[in-house]
Formats: sequence, structure tokens, C-alpha cells
Amino acid sequence: MSLLLQILSRLMTMAVTLFGVAVIVFFVIRVVPGNPIAMMLPPGASVEDIARLEALYGFDKSIPEQFYIWLSGVLQGDFGTSITARQPVLDLVLSRLPATLELSVMALLIAIIMGGFMALAGTRMRGTKTEAIVDVTNGVALSVPDFLWGLVLVLLFGVLWPVFHISGRVSPALDLPFVTHFYLIESLLRLRFDIMADLLSHMFMPALALAIPLAAVIAQLLKQSLKETLHLDYVTLARTQGYSENQVILREALPNAVLPTLTLIGVQFTFLIGGTVIIERLFSYEGLGNMAIDAVINRDLPLIQGIVIMFALIFTVVNRLVDLTYALLNPRLRNG
Amino acid sequence: MAEARAEINRPIGLRLWLSAGWLIALVLTTLLAPVLAPQDPLAQDLFTSRLPPFWIDGSEPGYPLGSDSLGRDVLSRMMYGGRVALSVALIAGTLTCLLGASLGLIAGYFRGWPDIIISRLVDIWMAFPPVLFAILLIAVLGTGLTSIIIAIVVIDWTRFARVVRAEAIGQGAMDYVASAQVAGHRRFGIMAQEILPNVLPTICVLLTLEMGIAVIVEAILSFVNLSISTDQPTWGGMISEGRLSIHQAWWVLVFPLIILFLTVLSFSQLGEGLKDRFDPVLK
Repeated sequence: MSLLLQILSRLMTMAVTLFGVAVIVFFVIRVVPGNPIAMMLPPGASVEDIARLEALYGFDKSIPEQFYIWLSGVLQGDFGTSITARQPVLDLVLSRLPATLELSVMALLIAIIMGGFMALAGTRMRGTKTEAIVDVTNGVALSVPDFLWGLVLVLLFGVLWPVFHISGRVSPALDLPFVTHFYLIESLLRLRFDIMADLLSHMFMPALALAIPLAAVIAQLLKQSLKETLHLDYVTLARTQGYSENQVILREALPNAVLPTLTLIGVQFTFLIGGTVIIERLFSYEGLGNMAIDAVINRDLPLIQGIVIMFALIFTVVNRLVDLTYALLNPRLRNG
Repeated sequence: MAEARAEINRPIGLRLWLSAGWLIALVLTTLLAPVLAPQDPLAQDLFTSRLPPFWIDGSEPGYPLGSDSLGRDVLSRMMYGGRVALSVALIAGTLTCLLGASLGLIAGYFRGWPDIIISRLVDIWMAFPPVLFAILLIAVLGTGLTSIIIAIVVIDWTRFARVVRAEAIGQGAMDYVASAQVAGHRRFGIMAQEILPNVLPTICVLLTLEMGIAVIVEAILSFVNLSISTDQPTWGGMISEGRLSIHQAWWVLVFPLIILFLTVLSFSQLGEGLKDRFDPVLK
């Protein structure tokens, strides 16, 4: 019973947060100077034309009234119509969301692999020069945000040694036989490895830029917990039983050291998703964030609202999932 | 445990001094920009367009780090761009700190309904992608230095509020606070005189980190052409322009990028260094 109550209260908190986001974005963007309708029409459009379009998009009503209409639409799955694309906002958002999700998950995987490797290497080589190098590398990787890493990567692998694509999601010449927008997953399922290679070659640079700071966070925390675990009695016991140092680290220390890192990865993952906005712009990757910046520049109010709500939904869901996973993995917190 | 101790006591001087040294040099250079800059940062001259830096054939003496596609001197523009970056860092960082730390202190010490409201607001704020939020606010406020500063304050106060709140809760549970309450001090006085000095080290560390973040936010906004007016040189604006002519004139992108990189790194390392120095347990 208490579990059900907990889930209900968590859902309520989520709903309140999303409602707050909706209120703020709705009112903030309506203060934007510049009439979005005037931008749609050719110069010299009559006053009646403008009024007619305003009525069509509901901009002639008061802001609280507009919010009420918009919110009741959203609750029925209708996020309105984009002013620039003249398509339903939900369709547009859903067509771009898979690109952003694939990029984020790819970045997360790269970060876990890189960070895990650094942590293990640093722990295995503790007290040597290698550990010092690992620490310094981590410090730099951690201090510089994804945007700057993106620029560095553009310079290194786009210009100096052009081995990867630094623009777009897929080569435009390729004929895509896909029905969903999860190109990477679908190319794998359809065994179209030529397309998959092209997608990965486009995705690698932006994903790496997003991954570097997170990898450093993972490496730092995991290395710290590994070192603490290595001083525990049961690890010493394993050592006296003749296990090699590698076995001690991988089999005995790692499983126990990984929990705090997992929680941290969850929180940091939302930061990573937030970073996709500017990284997608930098690499002209056709995802949700890139679309969001265009929407702001074009004053496409319904589209901005839809995208912000989608991001907020992803953030809150990821956070709740992290809480849940943590509770499942750590029995002490189950009734916390 | 012994190993952990040794790690805490390691010398932390070097990175502190290196980063502080870089930032001081940067402040002096930008302050003295009118004297030091070899050219007018805005002077366009198509005869001197895309000059390479001094060690490459074809360079001109007055343009040590080359010129951009409009013939403007890269070094001079970087010096003046530093003024924007450092002003944003200083003003936006300080204001963000004041707002966020005050709210965090109030929430953490008074608890009750102020805490509920502030924590709920923090939750809502954390659900916004920060870069998108910044771009949205600039679209509302219009471009310009003031707008950028306001945008940074509005977005980033939660960084301070969250950490300071947690610290204040911890301090509020300590005996010395209870004894001050028993001694009849007023609650607001206790907050300002007992709690604040104890969370001040944390606030200083966060402030240093925030300054680095502010520099990046300005660069990102310049990059999407939403910073200050396009004719005032900024690092982000130079990077954005440099990216377009990267194959013809790499130096327009590379030099501002290096400066931006080192500056952000220095702010961050300074913060980390201060963290170690103030409180070894905080690590």
C-alpha cells in the first residue's frame, strides 16, 4: 500500500513540475516581441487577413484563455499546429525525437565505456604515473563543457584529419527505406549495415562531444569508490586467497563500487540530454534541439511550447526512473 | 583510509596558481586593450583580409595572429572580446550567486513553506534544458549585454540554491545554532551571522565555477547569433564566424577557441582548487 502511495505521490510531483514548466514557457514566449502571424504573411497583407489568421491560431484571445485552450488540447494529445511548418506540433516533435534519443543514448554508452575504462585503468595503476595522467585528463575533461569539446572535435576530425562527418545525421544521397525515425535501430534490424555505418559516422562526433564531460564524472566517482572498496576486509580476504589484482578489482571491488556511480549517471544523463540542444546545432544534426533553436528564431510559439514540454517530460521521466532503479538496487531505500 | 587521507593532503598549489595567473593576465590584457591592441578591433580592410598569423608566409607585421575575412585583426578582437566575456562572468556570476544563495539559505534555514516553494521552483527549473531556456529568454529580452546577464541569472540561480540549501540544512541542525536560538538571537540574525559564514566557502567555490559557466553561455549565445550586437567582438561570435571560413582561415576559429578553453578551464580549476583548500572533506 505504501508503495502505491509513493508512486502516486511521485506522479503528482511530476505532474506539478510539468504544469509549472508549461505555465512558464507559455507566458514567457507570449512576451516575445514580434508578431508571429505578421511573419507568416507576405508584406502588404490586409488587416483582415492578419485578424483571420490570428483567430485561426487563437492569438486574438487573452493569454489565460489561450493557455486554457492549449492545455485542454494537450491533455487530449493535441499540441497545436506549427506556424512555420503548418503541421501538427506533435508530429514534428515525434519525427525529431528519435534522432535526439539515439544521439543521447549513444553518447551515454560512449561515456560509460570511456569513464569505466579510465576508472579501472587508474585504479589498477594506482600510485604510478598512469594514475596521475588519468587524474589530470579527467580534470580537464570535466572542466570543459560539451560545446567546447564539440568545437575541438570539429577542428580535429573535420578539418585537420577529416575522417568523420561533422554535419547532418545521414548522407543526403542515401535512400532510406525506413518507416520509423529511429534510423540507427531500424538500420540494424533491417541489416542495412551500409546505412548504419553512415549514421554512426555522422553520430560519432556529436556523441563524443556530449560524452567527454560525463565520462570524466563517471571515471572520477567510480575510481574513488573502487579505491574505497579495495580497503574493505572482504577484498583483502580475496587477495589472501590468491586472486590476481585484476580479478580482485573486476570481480570483487567493481560490483560493490558501481552503485553510487549508477545514480550519478542518471542525474548526469539529463544534463547530457540538455546539452544536445547546442551540440545538435553545432553539428547540424537534425534532432529536437536543433529544431527548437529554429523554432525560437522563427517565433513559432506552438512548436516552442511542444518541444520544451517534451524535454521537460524526458527529464522528469529519466529522474523518476533513476530513483526507481536506485530503490530496486539498494534495498535499504525501498521504504525510504 | 590512509590512502584517502594522503590524497586530500596532496599539494594543490600548482593548479590554483596557474589558473589564477591566467585569469589575472587576462583581466590585465582586456583592461589595457586600448593600449595593447595593435589594431582597431572593428576596422575592416579588404586589402588585409585573411592574413595568416606571424609565423606563416604572407603575414603582415601589424596582425600578429592574422586577420578575418573582413580584414579585422584577430588579436585585437580577442582582447576586446575578453572584455565582454569577463564582464559577463563577473556581473552575471555575482548576481546569480546573490539570488541563488539567498534563496537557498532561506529555504534551508527556515524550512516550512518557503522551502516548499523554493524547492518546487528548483524542480521546475531543472526540467528545462538550460541552453534552450537561455535562447528563449534572449528572444524575449532582445539581444545585448544586459539581456545575457539577466538570462544567466534567471537560469542558473538553482545551482546555488540547491547546494546552499543542503548546506544550510546541515548547519541548522548543529548545536551551535540551537544554542544561539536558546540564547534568544533572532532567527534572521542567526541565519546571517551563524549560518552564512559557515556556508561561505561553498558559495565562493560555486561562484568561481559559475563564472566559467557564464563565459560559456555568452559564447553559446554568440554562436547562435543571439548575444550582443554583431559588430562588437565576442569570443563566441569570432568562433561562429571562424567556423564558416575554417578551410580558408583556420586561425580565426583556433585562437579564440584556445583562449575560451583556457579561461573556462582556469575558472573551473580555480574553483576546484579553492574547494580543496577551504574544506578537505567537501571533496
